[in-house]
Amino acid sequence: MAKHRGRGIASINYPIGMNLGGDPSQALVHSNPSGKFTVSMSSIDLGQGMKSVTRQICAETLGVPVEDVYVDTADSDTGPHCMGSFASRGTHRVGNAVMAAAREARGVMMEAAAEELEVNAADLETDGRGNIHVKGAPHRSISTKDVAIAAQFKQGKTISGRGIFLVPLSEVNPETGEMSPATCYAHACLVAEVEVDDETGEVAMVRMDSAYELGRALNPRLVEQQLVGGAWMGISHALFETPEPYYPNPAHGPRDFVEYLMPGPGDICPHDIAVLERPAADGPFGAKGPGEMCANPVLPAVANAIFNAVGVRMDELPITPEKVLRAIKAQGGARPQARR
Amino acid sequence: MTKTPLQFRHNGRDVALFVDGGVNLLVALRELIGDMTPKFGCGQGGCGACSVLIDGELHLSCLTLAETVNGRSVETLDGLKEGPNLHPLQRAFMEQFAAQCGYCTPGMLMAAKALLDRNPSPTRAEVVEAISGNICRCTGYEPIINAILAAASGGRARA
Repeated sequence: MAKHRGRGIASINYPIGMNLGGDPSQALVHSNPSGKFTVSMSSIDLGQGMKSVTRQICAETLGVPVEDVYVDTADSDTGPHCMGSFASRGTHRVGNAVMAAAREARGVMMEAAAEELEVNAADLETDGRGNIHVKGAPHRSISTKDVAIAAQFKQGKTISGRGIFLVPLSEVNPETGEMSPATCYAHACLVAEVEVDDETGEVAMVRMDSAYELGRALNPRLVEQQLVGGAWMGISHALFETPEPYYPNPAHGPRDFVEYLMPGPGDICPHDIAVLERPAADGPFGAKGPGEMCANPVLPAVANAIFNAVGVRMDELPITPEKVLRAIKAQGGARPQARR
Repeated sequence: MTKTPLQFRHNGRDVALFVDGGVNLLVALRELIGDMTPKFGCGQGGCGACSVLIDGELHLSCLTLAETVNGRSVETLDGLKEGPNLHPLQRAFMEQFAAQCGYCTPGMLMAAKALLDRNPSPTRAEVVEAISGNICRCTGYEPIINAILAAASGGRARA
């Protein structure tokens, strides 16, 4: 009876968003007389950072400080329509909608500024610090606040913009089944190292090394946070959690956190992550989406690592000690594979 | 049902209330006192979201009868900040991105405070042990462990 180390690798492609109905999301951007901007949308931030990243996208597009942008979201009664926070689509779909809305609002803001400065709007630029000035003549300047006040009280203009992002619906070719369900794919590769106890069937995570290619990382700390947390979820799917342990028989399903197993802080392992940035042609500032794909490569990599460690092919999730032990017994003992 | 008078210190302030027999501390804190920082997760001691300190010791408020804290001192996340300033643990959680949805955060912070109060320089293994009764679904625990270690080393963030 012994513990065996094994290493497994997996690579994935992950489509951003989905094809159903073209998968649209909308956003509206408007300025207040204070010179601050509000993004209205109904996209949910459930902790992944939707508010932070749409705030950044809006500020960058308008050319104003990020502090000057508020994001008002998650009321689907009053906000413009969003398909939802799923399919790793938030940054890409909603980000594009916010960008379009901010671009339109910026156009109005520059026209209003041009009227105040008595110049052509095409000759103006933003400094990113809350001012608009004539290109090459920074002293010919007006603050976004003064532009907002002039638009509201003098010119009678709303500094606002509308945005929607819609991927044209891809029909299925009835002859071949061919279609283009996504316009943008993220990629990942992960190496998992595990230790399998051939007496108990337990699998312990030793370490993970991964590379994720997700377009431009608009907020690197949020991306890292997603990747670390998502990989944990991958470990959980691979080795711990299931609502139906005897699927398709629904009996003996867990009813609470005591029975629904998940890895605790003592079950995690060191995880070295490399983020590769290859900007997406149709992403906001090149971003794709580090969503569900964070978890995906972990499952096959762990299954491959178990094969490498003890020579059993596990093809049902989660890979519980019971399943591993039965498989080892069925093949007459652990058969460690060559280490590469 | 007869109500029982109950007095205790809540984040350094005396409170007095009447509770029904069998009411747990979590309900007393949230519904009678209005301190919403302890969270209801599972109601059976499996998740740690309701963690509070009673006389400095970590307890699950969902499994604690409210009557048992009579005359004692209860600390919740609501009392963690120091005047207008965040507690070093709260700052570290922010700087280390140790929260996503935030539901486990109050319990994590109280478990971390209980640890650092009795052991100001814990090892990584001791931090893991201290939060092992708290479930987090978002972060993968790593940023939480790093935040607690960073707070313990006086805010000097680990690489």
